[in-house]
Amino acid sequence: MKREDIIKPENKVYSRPRLLDKNIMHYCPGCSHGVVHKLVAEVIEELGLEDSAIGIAPVGCAVFAYNYIDCDWIEAAHGRAPALATAVNRLYPSKVVFTYQGDGDLAAIGSAETIHACTRGENIVIIMINNGIYGMTGGQMSPCTLEGAKTATTPYGRRADLNGFPLRVSNVVSLLDGTCYVTRQAVHTPAAVRKAKAALKKAFTNARDKKGTSFVEIVATCSSGWKMTPDKSNKWMAENMFAHYPLGDIKDTAIPAGTAQ
Amino acid sequence: MKDDIKLMKGNEAIAHAAIRYGADGYFGYPITPQSEVLETLEALMPWETTGMVVLQAESEVASINMVYGGAASGKAVMTSSSSPGVSLMQEGISYLAASELPALIVNVMRGGPGLGTIHPSQSDYFQATKGGGHGDYHLIVLAPSTVQEMADFVGLGFDLAFKYRTPAMILADGIVGQMMEKVVLPPQRPRRTDEEVRRQCPWAVNGREGGRKRNVVTSLELDSAMMEKNNERFQRTYREIEKNEVRYEAKYTEDADYLIVAFGSIARICLKAIEEARKEGIKIGLIRPITLWPFPYEAIREAARNVKGILCVEINAGQMIEDVRLAVSDSVPVTHFGRMGGIVPNPQEVLDSLRKDFINPNPQK
Amino acid sequence: MAKIHGAVTIEQERCKGCDLCVVACPCDVLALQPKEVNDRGYHFAYPQNAEACIGCAACALVCPDACIEVYKVVER
Repeated sequence: MKREDIIKPENKVYSRPRLLDKNIMHYCPGCSHGVVHKLVAEVIEELGLEDSAIGIAPVGCAVFAYNYIDCDWIEAAHGRAPALATAVNRLYPSKVVFTYQGDGDLAAIGSAETIHACTRGENIVIIMINNGIYGMTGGQMSPCTLEGAKTATTPYGRRADLNGFPLRVSNVVSLLDGTCYVTRQAVHTPAAVRKAKAALKKAFTNARDKKGTSFVEIVATCSSGWKMTPDKSNKWMAENMFAHYPLGDIKDTAIPAGTAQ
Repeated sequence: MKDDIKLMKGNEAIAHAAIRYGADGYFGYPITPQSEVLETLEALMPWETTGMVVLQAESEVASINMVYGGAASGKAVMTSSSSPGVSLMQEGISYLAASELPALIVNVMRGGPGLGTIHPSQSDYFQATKGGGHGDYHLIVLAPSTVQEMADFVGLGFDLAFKYRTPAMILADGIVGQMMEKVVLPPQRPRRTDEEVRRQCPWAVNGREGGRKRNVVTSLELDSAMMEKNNERFQRTYREIEKNEVRYEAKYTEDADYLIVAFGSIARICLKAIEEARKEGIKIGLIRPITLWPFPYEAIREAARNVKGILCVEINAGQMIEDVRLAVSDSVPVTHFGRMGGIVPNPQEVLDSLRKDFINPNPQK
Repeated sequence: MAKIHGAVTIEQERCKGCDLCVVACPCDVLALQPKEVNDRGYHFAYPQNAEACIGCAACALVCPDACIEVYKVVER
């Protein structure tokens, strides 16, 4: 069969989501952010939430998320996205509010806002891209940096006696009564991408249906920060990160109605 | 109307006035001496009546960022705190100013620095009027001296904040926050509907309903030329506010030989001192700045034309005095009297200070 | 037996040459241009072995820059 006969609108099985803007993203080649942006855009589109989705962007690499996904956005101060999301969701209960944060933003400076939004059971989606590093500021240690990992601020590798242990945020928030769904996913293979999308879809559905806080962690790469090629980064992630951050659902339960406003 | 005259604390008046203004949300954190604002709101349960959201946040940092989120969505939202808590909020306030968002922040000042004291003070004047957080910005700062003004400035603060799309602050002190007075509460206004919010705030982030183009609220701009343009726009707004919104109260200034400048609750103590002095034939006038920013430079310059000296009375080590000096630029001697640490001066102390500075500087000779 | 014909189009100006699609493809369809670069200087991906494509969309799923569209025809 000729290529021209295959490339016809009726034969299309995959194209970029409508809600993902045409702007070329500022992310480095191979960055996981691009894949997750695509999935968020697809999920919002498939659930028909483009009029009601409101994103809260973080400080960090995803600070410009508002340039790429075509819904309303507020750019928050470092770590404060869950506080903003709390207010917006309570003031507009019919909207679907999500935060999109990195592990530095969420797990370090924003740990209090994260824990309290989760324990209040805010009807929001919190997405954490965990690449174990501060990407935008130049590859410094984050709370999620693995032991032994070299970063700009742990040039000889993270040492537990000096820097503490890598923080499993998803496990922490899964203990909170306000979370209804906590999952850890990745986007390094086609199968993983499909699973991550299903997880995001469940999270957005929970927010729409006011079931409590959904927390989706995506274990991700930072090729520039890790100083590896994108492919090598994926392999390193699978070999090293997944041991400390195993993939899969950590919690999936609907909280009793009325515990969140 | 009679039914609406109540006896209450200034902090309680803030809470009642917020509900009656039709505020959409309050996000706060307990700290003495302003906790009654949050307590009163929780007790009044406005979510059952007007639909106003009230939430006790996990910190002042979270509160101000909830206000940031709410303000970005076009809603009339506010917070209140006292000095150490307001210090924690400064980053968020800077973001509000940079994103050109209307919001109301109440600071019921206590004595600092540090954890300081829970007693009244006016030592956050610099923080409130000169920016407070990082970057070139101003807040509209209203200084109430009565419980009535605590109630009135909630509506005024919100109205000005929305008119200019900039955060406004009520800079009260522990005295006016804690004391009980008669107050006439404003009539209950309905909260704006979501439709009205959309019309009034087409920039607001509240969902792309009807397929409108997306709204983005951000304070980030990496293009220096654009960021300079943003700053120029902020400055134009500030010049406009300076032109239109200066508020002050002048008393006994027509025939005054001396002038006292004082704001907030201490202005009432000064007025008592002035009335006592008049009985002795000492003619003192009072200027009470109501807007601390924009500051009534012109009014003070006018009132100072025929006086021999200006005493600036503040419950701090001397902060507003710098603006008073700017107003008169060395044409008249300006001195300061204040107490610190939570001590409130009495009228006699004020009068003694004015006598010592201007009337009888060297009693020995 | 049904025969599957697939094809991909790649927006070469969006491509950052990250190589993830090349790795993800089960049929070795894709490769990075060895010499040619796009306007932004990247060795962009292209279907070097287009006939082998089965339209599985593995490449498109992992593409961080959403440059790939996938077409598929099942011949019975």
